[in-house]
Amino acid sequence: MSRSLLEIERLQVAFELPHGRVAAVKDVSFSLAEGETLALVGESGSGKSVSSTAILRLLPEFAATRGAIHWHGSQGRENLLAASSRRMRHIRGNEISMIFQEPMTSLNPLQRIGRQVREVLDKHTKLRGQAAQRRVIELFEQVGIPEPERRVASYPHELSGGQRQRVMIAMALACEPRLLIADEPTTALDVTVQAQILALLKQLQRQYGMAILFITHDLGIVRHFADRVCVMRHGEVVESATTRELFASPRHDYTRMLIEAEPRGRKPPVADTAPVIMQARDLKVRFALKKRLFRPSDYFEAVRGIDLTIRQGQTVGIVGESGSGKSTLGRALLRLLQSSGDIHFEDTDLTHLDSGTLRPLRSRMQVVFQDPFGSLSPRMTVGEIVSEGLRVHHPELTRRQRTERVIEALEEVSLDPATRQRYPHEFSGGQRQRIAIARALVLKPRFLLLDEPTSALDRSVQATVIELLRNLQQRHGLTYLFISHDLAVVRALADTVLVMKEGRVVEQGETEALFRSPRETYTRELIRAAFLEQVA
Amino acid sequence: MLLYVFKRLLQAIPTLLIVITLSFFLMHLAPGGPFDGERQLPAEIEANLRAAYHLDQPVWRQYLIYLGNLLQGDFGPSFRYKDFTVTELIAQGFPVSLELGLWAIALAIALGLPLGIVAALHRNSSVDYLVMGTALAGVAIPNFVIAPILALVFGVLLAWLPVGGWNDGHWRNMVLPVVALSIQQVAYIARMTRASMIEVLGTHYIRTARAKGLSEREVIWRHALRPALLPVVSYLGPAIAGIITGSVVIEQIFGIPGIGRYFVQAALNRDYTLVMGTVVFYGILIVLLNLIVDVLYSALDPQIRYDD
Amino acid sequence: MTTEHTATHPGAGDLPAGESLGRDAWRRLKQNRAAMVSLVLLILIAIACVVGPWLTPWGLNEVNWNAFRAPPSLADGHLAGTDANGRDLLTRTLYGGQISLSVALVATLVSLVIGVLYGAIAGYLGGRVDNLMMRFVDIMYSLPFMFLVILLMVVFGRNILLIYAAIGAVEWLDMSRIVRGQTLALKRREFVEAARALGVRSRTIVMRHLIPNTLGPVVVYVTLTVPKVILLESFLSFLGLGVQEPMTSWGVLISEGVDMMQGAPWMLLVPSTFLAVTLLCLNFLGDGLRDALDPRTR
Repeated sequence: MSRSLLEIERLQVAFELPHGRVAAVKDVSFSLAEGETLALVGESGSGKSVSSTAILRLLPEFAATRGAIHWHGSQGRENLLAASSRRMRHIRGNEISMIFQEPMTSLNPLQRIGRQVREVLDKHTKLRGQAAQRRVIELFEQVGIPEPERRVASYPHELSGGQRQRVMIAMALACEPRLLIADEPTTALDVTVQAQILALLKQLQRQYGMAILFITHDLGIVRHFADRVCVMRHGEVVESATTRELFASPRHDYTRMLIEAEPRGRKPPVADTAPVIMQARDLKVRFALKKRLFRPSDYFEAVRGIDLTIRQGQTVGIVGESGSGKSTLGRALLRLLQSSGDIHFEDTDLTHLDSGTLRPLRSRMQVVFQDPFGSLSPRMTVGEIVSEGLRVHHPELTRRQRTERVIEALEEVSLDPATRQRYPHEFSGGQRQRIAIARALVLKPRFLLLDEPTSALDRSVQATVIELLRNLQQRHGLTYLFISHDLAVVRALADTVLVMKEGRVVEQGETEALFRSPRETYTRELIRAAFLEQVA
Repeated sequence: MLLYVFKRLLQAIPTLLIVITLSFFLMHLAPGGPFDGERQLPAEIEANLRAAYHLDQPVWRQYLIYLGNLLQGDFGPSFRYKDFTVTELIAQGFPVSLELGLWAIALAIALGLPLGIVAALHRNSSVDYLVMGTALAGVAIPNFVIAPILALVFGVLLAWLPVGGWNDGHWRNMVLPVVALSIQQVAYIARMTRASMIEVLGTHYIRTARAKGLSEREVIWRHALRPALLPVVSYLGPAIAGIITGSVVIEQIFGIPGIGRYFVQAALNRDYTLVMGTVVFYGILIVLLNLIVDVLYSALDPQIRYDD
Repeated sequence: MTTEHTATHPGAGDLPAGESLGRDAWRRLKQNRAAMVSLVLLILIAIACVVGPWLTPWGLNEVNWNAFRAPPSLADGHLAGTDANGRDLLTRTLYGGQISLSVALVATLVSLVIGVLYGAIAGYLGGRVDNLMMRFVDIMYSLPFMFLVILLMVVFGRNILLIYAAIGAVEWLDMSRIVRGQTLALKRREFVEAARALGVRSRTIVMRHLIPNTLGPVVVYVTLTVPKVILLESFLSFLGLGVQEPMTSWGVLISEGVDMMQGAPWMLLVPSTFLAVTLLCLNFLGDGLRDALDPRTR
């Protein structure tokens, strides 16, 4: 075992908020050796980010911190919580660096990126002028930014999310720190970009010989990236072990639950003879890029000619990275967006129906969206939200009959029907997603579009929602179109998969066959990245 | 960049046309002709006058004539000040109004910005409460209340400064009107700067700057100040419009011979051509100043693209 | 951070019925002392202006031949003194308040109705229609409005109905921009898409999903529009271009007070104080409402 670098002892962090004191971190202790990678894992609200931000004392002023953070830096062992602010400024960006979850907003939008990296050199090294500029370009090369000489003069908004995160890494590595704190650095990125960034961090870690404290909610990353793991829950460390031990024999119930919450199970395919419920031919969707008053607009083709057949009882998964057009495709199928091409639902040609003739069909095709916070109208009670579709499609129902249907739907999704008087903001993310499912189910649809319904949820909550969707499908013979960027979830839930890229279908087939032996290079890349085979 | 300025100039034309057209036809909707109310003129003289002012032509001809004259900088004659053209009156009053307005906007920025920044940096402290409380009073109390009180206190009771008059822009005559004119804008700018600074200080890139090891002073000067000023810069347009409007009443109260005072007198005397000329002139001024502010803003924010 | 907070307190205990956002905001507003004091003061001023003129011993244009420009005194019943014509200043100020407040309410209502409808329609329809409608607002914005209003006054005479309409027509611009911005943002929210997927009619979506959700910012903006309108009215009246004798308003009274301020300072101070306190309270209330409706800004 090599030399100890960081020891955190009984760290406590509380936020003094106007309505009282909130304890975010209750009792956290762990240590980190030189060159080691330690993962801090937990779900939202576990205090993992707060703990890591406390190390560099970057928490807001209303946070009260207690305990000790011992750092073995250039001045021997010292307690960072007791260090002078001058000393802290010397450590930040120099001995300990940090990168964050939000690559889009972590860079100053009004400054050129080269200057932002150089600022670190100005602060902590003696490099100036040409030498400093050379070092910046060298750093950009190391983090894989193409054309670094030209790129130094770019502004952040001219870069993609992955490139911005690379700039953040360049900034963090500029002074060759001994510890890099990475707070969910890949959460906002596509899986293929995530895989690249993780590989880059691994390689740079070897090159610079630094330790990494990696904060994440994703056990998949932990398994392939970390040497040791601390599992956090409700502001406490519940278990810490080497990665191998933890996955082989988790001791704590919560750890076990987290590991088991990884999506499991497979769906058997539906027979080819099952009736077709939805079919699309040469479906195209385009958006006007810039709307001009009297001139034709420029267009962006989001969906570029897709053929699709969905049979009764099937779950068709659509996977793809952001911008692949998968959500647009789903909305176009339900005629929530204008499109060209043919769409047939059951026996009806939807293509030329206006909103009036389309309305009766809407009760048979419903939708559940990703964002459990955005998909419920904040000023309506749960009862009003769930019953709205009934008012449209079954105006003949009496008030009592409507209430009965609402209660039935809420029970179906395992929500207490007594909560129907409440407003959405009083529910948790998982509960809200159940309300959204109940809103769709109350109309007894045959076809359900599920647009990333689990992506905003913690893994453990995700597992229960997936289980619910599975049960509902069996009970009512539902047909699903399941859109997700999360390949693990799609693999567990869908029997057929379409892989989309830039508005086209790259590959499609039965789920297991496609995941086992993908034919196309892009599919292979995507699967490798999603299951992180590259990093291992 | 030049193309952008040019395009914005082109966009300003319809606005100006609307101002001109609107005021022109409003004037023609006015009940009664411009020569009513005075002692009855002999029919011949009135006919002559009508011909001289083109009032015997159809309205659309009159409109075109007015537009044509405007293009040459001719706002027509004043109905009341018979010896002057509107252009001459504006040319007389404008330099005075301009000097007053420039000092007021300069004072508003010079006071408002630092006050807002200080309040933001000492958020929820007594300094913050003091500054923001005063600013709220400054927003709430109209300048035509503040101005006479200032005149009463500093002009009459203490007799430090003259109560009114222009005296060719002597600084002693300028102090009270400039202060009265700028107080409201100082308050607005301070409030806005504070809010925007607080927002910027909570952004992720400020956290990044701190994580680099920068001192609080460096964080604020290098990373927070410029983004925090952007909304304030875009507020300069309305601020200038506010000062121009305010100058009307301030010039009235302090007896300053600017266009604001001509305007009010003309409005009270129903001097149609002068009112109209002033409105059109103010319209052009505000449109141009807004353009300058927009160009300034786009120079400060690299995220603005010029191809719109 | 916000998502974590809400996620960790599901159901807010065991409330029998849900707490709507409105009631939630009201509870927060009640904790804001400045806003509550302002609210109480505003109600008092409004009541005084409505009932007051009947309670004072003097009529609006009743002349007390024994008291010209008399300073405030309890003895003769002129609590705020008299003006140059021997009329009771308190009666006139309260009556002027009626006019100022009514202008404020009517003009704000006009701007509210036009602004909300215009903004909601532009935002909901989007695309070319929105573009055209907002271009129009942009052009209106860059007009020197104050001057056009004065022009209106000059042309059509100083009519109080015209003041209502003119000020209302100026102020709707901001309102429509705010509502449009809100609508555009809301339209992209998934609950609107979900309603469309349910087959809910466009009109119902606008009325039930969009407008109620823009309520917060609109309420805040209304409380900030009222003082602006009062200010505009008194500005016009101050210049002699607004309310005319025999009617009066705070702006008219302040203007008279300025003329008399050396000999009779109360004539300036009484109406100014009423005006300033009202404006200050409305601003405090508006700020308080904004904080209460949008807890993030604290």
